[in-house]
Amino acid sequence: MLQVIKADGEFDPKVEPDLSHEDLLKMHRYMLTVRKLNEKGMSLQRQGRIGFFMESTGQEACQIGMSYTLSAGDWAFPSYRDPGTCLVRGVPMSALWDQIMGNSADEGKGRQMPVHWGFSKWKIVSLSSPIGSKLLHAVGVAYAAKYRGEKAIALASFGEGATSQGEFHAAMNFAGVYKTPVVFFCENNQYAISLPVRRQTASESIAVKAEAYGFDGVQVDGNDILAVYKATKSAVDKARSGGGPTLIEAITYRMGGHSTSDDPTIYRGAEEVELWKKRDPIVRFTKYLIRKGIISEKGNEKFLEQIDSEMTKVIKEREVIAPPDVSTLFTDVYSEMPWHIREEASEFMRDEGGPGAEKGEE
Amino acid sequence: MALLNIVQSVNETLRTEMRRNGNVVLLGEDIGKNGGVFRATAGLLSEFGPERVIDTPIAEDGIIGTAIGMAMNGLEPVVEIQFLDFIYPGFNQIVSELAKLRYRSGGNFPAHVVIRAPSGGGIKGGLYHSQSTEAYFTHTPGLCVATPSSPTDTIGLLRTAMRGSDPVMFLEPKRVYRTVKEEVPSEEEFAIPFGKAKVIQEGTDVTLVSWAAMVHTCKAAVELASKENISVELIDMRTLMPFDIETVLASVKKTGRVVVAHEATKVSGFGGEIAAQIAERAIDSLEAPIVRLGGFDTPFPYALEQTYLPSPERILRAIRKAASY
Repeated sequence: MLQVIKADGEFDPKVEPDLSHEDLLKMHRYMLTVRKLNEKGMSLQRQGRIGFFMESTGQEACQIGMSYTLSAGDWAFPSYRDPGTCLVRGVPMSALWDQIMGNSADEGKGRQMPVHWGFSKWKIVSLSSPIGSKLLHAVGVAYAAKYRGEKAIALASFGEGATSQGEFHAAMNFAGVYKTPVVFFCENNQYAISLPVRRQTASESIAVKAEAYGFDGVQVDGNDILAVYKATKSAVDKARSGGGPTLIEAITYRMGGHSTSDDPTIYRGAEEVELWKKRDPIVRFTKYLIRKGIISEKGNEKFLEQIDSEMTKVIKEREVIAPPDVSTLFTDVYSEMPWHIREEASEFMRDEGGPGAEKGEE
Repeated sequence: MALLNIVQSVNETLRTEMRRNGNVVLLGEDIGKNGGVFRATAGLLSEFGPERVIDTPIAEDGIIGTAIGMAMNGLEPVVEIQFLDFIYPGFNQIVSELAKLRYRSGGNFPAHVVIRAPSGGGIKGGLYHSQSTEAYFTHTPGLCVATPSSPTDTIGLLRTAMRGSDPVMFLEPKRVYRTVKEEVPSEEEFAIPFGKAKVIQEGTDVTLVSWAAMVHTCKAAVELASKENISVELIDMRTLMPFDIETVLASVKKTGRVVVAHEATKVSGFGGEIAAQIAERAIDSLEAPIVRLGGFDTPFPYALEQTYLPSPERILRAIRKAASY
């Protein structure tokens, strides 16, 4: 298992990736931002201000480390536990909250549950709830890029639970056969809702599955952002230069529940959670940055305060944005609205009016 | 004008569109050297090469899911599913992904994938090479469903499917793939819009609504009925999503009597939707209860397939029932 930073922040300079101090600070800031986003998301749901949330606390190193390797033309297929991917790609914080709140500024017009993001400008494809299905889309996107002779690659991330789906197998198999420029990034966070990984597969690891499909599988410490970056960077470079797919398994831990509807104390013990708290990816990277003299304890505190106040401000601003117009319920089903939808839309608008009553048609 | 059968019409349309548009790629099992098990893609590999005519592993989820990704990134894939009966491993990709992508992305990630699949019985195919399950797809918002019955309609509707931007289930009437031949239009722009039914034969006593291969059985039934002096108006729906209820209603207003005949199992079949639409919109015009005729509500049998499929005689009995009420 690839590791660059040890739990105490100690590191081996021989395996450190080539990243500037500026990059390292940016990565740190993204991690802190994701942690804060998770805190706020959970809290807002408990207060009844958003309908649902899924946190990714503990998996910040995975999200940021893997996404930091991408170039502008690349495609990302993040999971609902990858808000960090959106941030690294350049999606503004406000757009993330618009999606979570499902307001009228959301690109997806409030149609999807919170954290089911899609940001077309950044080539982040709107995700569905059935897991595993998008892995094939990454293969297809990569095929198209290769077909046109472009250098773009596709990165798809998913949990270890998704590897049980038939579509995982199909995606690995197709990627292997067509040698598409795609990187499969499995965030093995030990649980798929309540089920531990040992009940998900009898394979000795997730990474080992790649061998059966004819390409490389690598295992990396998912709580070590530099290890994640390094492993993904080499997979991305390989894909870009025609070397085909890679499966990366990052060993991490889902510190919270599956979602705001889940109670993890039913199926796992406190000792286990305590053990993983000691492996916190943010604590580890902070120690590393301090050790390298890139940041001070005090500087870090200031960073945190800044992120908190910025996010609080964004939430306040986005929370007052109106919900999507009722007329948007009926649009985007087809390129042109067929008569039967037009008919039900105009009947509904006529009977129940609302602000969109005049806009029954596309 | 050329004399073509339905499978040749598919082949010709794919070829023409691939010559015209370099983004069109084909994916499917045995579609390359083999030209597809029905030869719908014969000769295309040699003309367009393996990067555009892609033989795939046997995995319908893989084929459809990969095609969706290609469509996201600018290609215009046309998928061949060997038999409609084999499509179910890919059902999640169709229902959860393909049909919903435009909607869930706020219109930003439409996926234009055309899925061709031979449909229907009558080729001694037993349970798994015979079914007509179009209603699964008409019940999923976001999908178009085309059900051509003739070479000309196959060309016109496939071209519309390929030049449009919506996902299309293009269900080909495999029983009549080779038996129906006609002179077809050769203009490269010839297309038939979706949602326009065709009156195959005008009549005054009973409206008979059908689609796909069953249209040809209906034609025989119309002949039999005419010998009994029952004048039947035969309508071919051509596409089921969107569907043309206006043409059906205009006919019902004239005849007051309706038979809907399809191969698919009767309960929850699309005939039920047509019957309900008529009941909602034209009940005052009806002189008799609507008669629905479908395949029996059983799995599709092998030895008794001709008994299972509605025959001209069974359709005639349904016509008589409607006419004599």
